[in-house]
Amino acid sequence: MDFEFTAEQVAIRDTIRELVQDRVAPRAAEIDARAEYPEDIEKLFAENGILGIPFPEEYGGISGSSVTICMGIEEIAKACASSSLILAVQALGSYPILVAGTEEQKKRLCPPLASGEKVAAYALSEPGSGSDAAAMKTRAKRYGNEYVLNGTKQFITHGNVAGTLVVFAKTEPGNGAKGISAFVLEKETSPWAVAKLEHKLGIRGSPTAQIVLEDVKVPVANRLGEEGAGFKLALAVLDRSRPGIGAQALGIAEGAFAYALNYVKERHQFGQAIASFQGIQFMLADIATQIEAARHLVYLAATKVDAKAPDLTKTAAMAKLFASDMAMRVTTDCVQLLGGYGYIADYPVERMMRDAKITQIYEGTNQIQRVVIARALLR
Amino acid sequence: MRELAQKVVRPLAAEVDREHRFPAEAVKAAAENGLMGVLIPREHGGAGLDALAFAICIEELARACASTAVIVDVHTSVGTEPILLFGDEEQRRRWLPRLASGELLGAFALSEPGSGSDAASLTTAARRNGDGGYVLNGTKTFITNAGRAGLYVVFARTGSVERASGVTAFLVPADAPGLRVGQVFHKMGLHGSPTGEIVLEDVALPTSNRLGAEGEGFNIAMRALDSGRIGISGQALGIAQAALDEARALMRERGHEQGDDFTLADMAARVESARLLAYHAAWLCGAGRKFTREASMSKLHCTDTAMQVAIDALQIAGEDGAIDGSPFERHVRDAKALQIYEGSNQVQRIVIARELLRAG
Repeated sequence: MDFEFTAEQVAIRDTIRELVQDRVAPRAAEIDARAEYPEDIEKLFAENGILGIPFPEEYGGISGSSVTICMGIEEIAKACASSSLILAVQALGSYPILVAGTEEQKKRLCPPLASGEKVAAYALSEPGSGSDAAAMKTRAKRYGNEYVLNGTKQFITHGNVAGTLVVFAKTEPGNGAKGISAFVLEKETSPWAVAKLEHKLGIRGSPTAQIVLEDVKVPVANRLGEEGAGFKLALAVLDRSRPGIGAQALGIAEGAFAYALNYVKERHQFGQAIASFQGIQFMLADIATQIEAARHLVYLAATKVDAKAPDLTKTAAMAKLFASDMAMRVTTDCVQLLGGYGYIADYPVERMMRDAKITQIYEGTNQIQRVVIARALLR
Repeated sequence: MRELAQKVVRPLAAEVDREHRFPAEAVKAAAENGLMGVLIPREHGGAGLDALAFAICIEELARACASTAVIVDVHTSVGTEPILLFGDEEQRRRWLPRLASGELLGAFALSEPGSGSDAASLTTAARRNGDGGYVLNGTKTFITNAGRAGLYVVFARTGSVERASGVTAFLVPADAPGLRVGQVFHKMGLHGSPTGEIVLEDVALPTSNRLGAEGEGFNIAMRALDSGRIGISGQALGIAQAALDEARALMRERGHEQGDDFTLADMAARVESARLLAYHAAWLCGAGRKFTREASMSKLHCTDTAMQVAIDALQIAGEDGAIDGSPFERHVRDAKALQIYEGSNQVQRIVIARELLRAG
């Protein structure tokens, strides 16, 4: 299967590619070293419509297509994985609204996100509830026209910079997964507290927050879908966002490989470029093949998101699993191709290797992806 | 050894990594317990133990802190052993007791910016001066213990002979005029172990600081690296064992299912096979048998195992393991260096294949 991108998608990708090379790539090492959220890059993406990619035109956006989102994430991740999360999490935090929101909610909540005036975040995990999301403890109690939320959410990407936060909470604690509902919190009217920011192995420019909800009031008008429909929505959202993590992994691997490929052509040992040695050539061939295989799986999954294909869940999990495992292997090999230089911060590939690891873990660990795939196979 | 590593070295590991700090107290404790002279004969103040004991010492240190392990490993093997094997009586008497006690930390300066895997192409020059000594000029890079070492084993080109047969080894004290530490690198891992450049500008040395004969340097370097690879194997085993232990403890604590069970079983099988390979190479070395091929196989297999096991352990730990200060993420960052230094794993494959395909 070959992917025929539309002329519009190619134009968006080329714009992003140029912007990334000019403005993001030169900042990537510094963003990592300082472990600071790059507000300048967020602003750049907002001004250039990149944060509008996850939204259809009727809600103020420019696309809404998962394929286009993946193309954007991939391009940004080639230079800076932290920056690619600005788009990826904008999509993740918006999917619940786009999937389960009423027309009124979409018209009200999406335009400020599409314009980049606000960024979105998605709060599912808790300290005691990671892979087992249904075990969450955060509680939402209804009092008249509003809900009051209490609980702690863990590992929330952009939880401290977001203006719009989708939170999953128990409205009916005794009812397991069927007792979970989804809410949209707007910072101005339903403020949440950030208890701490994590220091991480990689994606250091993308803040990961622990969020504390203490009697946070949310209007009933900001509940997404019916009470009890939250868990199903969380899974539906992850089906849509996982190809994006695959695209991020793909971009990280491509960025590392482009650098390493150039390096082995220029580095001379034993009187010749090290690229002339067959041992190195075999590594290059394996890396390129793995990247190509992952790319097709990622865009197949993204196409299935856009087509609302019935087997989306399985393919999305496969794309995330395969691309992230690939990225870990490929970036580890790219460090190897640069030898000692690969291990030091003067060169970008060690950062890319550190960044790759999280793609095997978040939005469902790769163990969870295997559970999802096996369940689909054995159904 | 295990007690020392677990009680003194391990509690420092996270801080040393976080602060990019040389673990001076761990190295001091190692010295006080005789670890800096494991391979040095008793007559020169060492413990007089063999390569197997050395490998086990490094393994135990690395289980606690990979940075401390590589500092002691480089000191003991490539930083000291060349003097043991190739030094004359006067050199042995002069340097070994101070190295064995830990008063001097050893280091090994072979790589250069343009000469890594292709060590025979090094360009650092050692020219004869008027009074029979040498003057060294050049830049060495990726030197473990740079700035902390008291004595560097430096490889330089004497005369105009090209390639390996023009290389000579020298013992260069850190306080020799003209020697300075250049850039110290910011690395992905092993943050407690300084890695940097050594710049030599008109460093004058008497002939008594030449190790072995002129032109013998490349052989000295290769022999040093053969047993150095046993030390790195030990370091890899220590990191892998620590990652395995931590993953196992976590699974027992929080419960486990078959997917992670299988991963844990694979990790344990890999570590066990790697350990046997390393101990075999160390035993051959200690018995005075040929061990070049086995040392390379051991380094290749142990370090690839450490990388894989560290990644698998972090995967079992999940997001908590990726937080700074978690041993899981540290092991991943530390393990990667081992696939690269003391001969990248590509060079190990070259060595193994060459030994296998040699005529006769």
